[in-house]
Amino acid sequence: MSFDSFSEFIVMGGHGLYVWLSYAIALVIFVINIVSPVMQKKKVISDLVRRLRREKKSS
Amino acid sequence: MEQILTNERSDSAENTLMGLFWAVLKRDLMLAYRKKSDLFNPLVFFLMVATLFPLGVSPEPDFLAEVAPGVVWVAALLATLLSMDSLFRSDFEDGTLEQTLLSPQPLFVIVLSKVLAHWMMSGLPLTLLAPLLGVMLFLPAEGMSGLMLSLLLGTPTLSLVGAIGAALTVGLRKGGVLISLLVLPLYIPVLIFGTSAVQAAVTGLPLAGFFALLGAMLALGVVMAPLAIAAALRISVSG
Amino acid sequence: MSENKKWMPRWFYQLASPRWSYEIMGKLLPGFAVAATLLLIGGIIWALAFAPEDYQQGNSFRIIYIHVPSAILAQSCYMLMAVAGAIGLIWKMKVADMVAKSCAPIGASIAILALATGAIWGKPTWGSWWVWDARLTSMLILLFLYLGVIALHSAIESEATAAQSSAVLALVGLVNIPIIKYSVDWWNTLHQPATFTLTERPAMPAEMWVPLLIMVIGFYCFFAVSLMMRTRNEILHRERRSSWVRELIEKR
Repeated sequence: MSFDSFSEFIVMGGHGLYVWLSYAIALVIFVINIVSPVMQKKKVISDLVRRLRREKKSS
Repeated sequence: MEQILTNERSDSAENTLMGLFWAVLKRDLMLAYRKKSDLFNPLVFFLMVATLFPLGVSPEPDFLAEVAPGVVWVAALLATLLSMDSLFRSDFEDGTLEQTLLSPQPLFVIVLSKVLAHWMMSGLPLTLLAPLLGVMLFLPAEGMSGLMLSLLLGTPTLSLVGAIGAALTVGLRKGGVLISLLVLPLYIPVLIFGTSAVQAAVTGLPLAGFFALLGAMLALGVVMAPLAIAAALRISVSG
Repeated sequence: MSENKKWMPRWFYQLASPRWSYEIMGKLLPGFAVAATLLLIGGIIWALAFAPEDYQQGNSFRIIYIHVPSAILAQSCYMLMAVAGAIGLIWKMKVADMVAKSCAPIGASIAILALATGAIWGKPTWGSWWVWDARLTSMLILLFLYLGVIALHSAIESEATAAQSSAVLALVGLVNIPIIKYSVDWWNTLHQPATFTLTERPAMPAEMWVPLLIMVIGFYCFFAVSLMMRTRNEILHRERRSSWVRELIEKR
């Protein structure tokens, strides 16, 4: 552990803002890259389900 | 006997290739000559962009002299880009492009010839007009030769790379802005070495290295770009 | 194709089958997801709390654990996109087209991450949010190349044409990347000699580079997860008319 206390860990020797901001942006980008495929999948599957239902009705 | 025949064939093939090259070049130049606005619009645009800088930033001669190489180069780059959209557009609309793709003639040669014709109507006039802009922007007289030579070597590369963008977007209704998006990042090396050559000429540093680099990029472009253009045209037209 | 079978591995041809790819990716996904989660969480804790601080930059150095992996990944992702595009062009392999399409948004977002962290790191190091550093400028141009590919893909309606066109553009970009990189490096040394570079550091101690390595591997695993998720969606969408997709949907 390179920090003595939790408050020191947050402050990061005065660079806290920069470090935490970077990690926050990284988190946001990671979440976007997981959430958007999940949403995409939902949309694709609902499209496919609707398509199947329509075809069954017409046949 | 067979050998003679094949030799003859290759001879004639060479002749037809050169003939094809000149025929396409002549046709495109003739078309451009008949439609003079396409020739003049980029030039007027080139002048206007260069006029905007003193108005927008500062008319101070010292300052303008410092930014002149960059301004002229950026203006030339944008003017080339502006004229790019028309390269394959009219041929695509009247069906000539499709006929060209179906013909047995090698597309590489046709494309190279079309790009050369386009450069003679955009890059070459821009190069000839550049000293006027240099004077307007107080570029020192020592820089003029560097400016013209760097444009002479750089603008063909711009035309070649821009033609890839034009070929990729020819099938789309609004290709204009898209071409800029696709092509501008690829123009950056030419811009960097072009402006550096002019700056070196102004400060009296040796120029040969820059021209060698610009020439190398041109050589690479002449060999590689027509392949990409031909592939892109086939994709755009067939799809 | 049959005469090629001797020198091309079997799985390469199986990749051509969307169904096989969909299933194999489904099997691989959980493993990669677990690996990515463990590596990233472990790496971040190590990077933030346990790695020693830099003697010059202090704790702002910890940004390296995000910045460097994202910069590396953004470049590899472009490479993968171009190679997948080329495979799609040459062998007319649909799955390769889908992989290339799925690469673009992920790569662009990772390039944005590399740029943002680089800019943030610039503030304590150089005193300003943006410096025309060679690496940052190259990364910005890489982002532009990604945006160009995405714009071209979305402008063309036909899926097949869009895939082929953006593959050509990605390949042209791939040829240009070394030239751009060289010219930007050269331009940078001309305009600002002897800057303090972000990443070129003499002999990092092991406590510093081991977490960095973990983060790089974690980023790659995460990329694999996101890419496979996107590609699977793309396969389902493009294969919507085939019977196996229909069966899959009916079974749900």
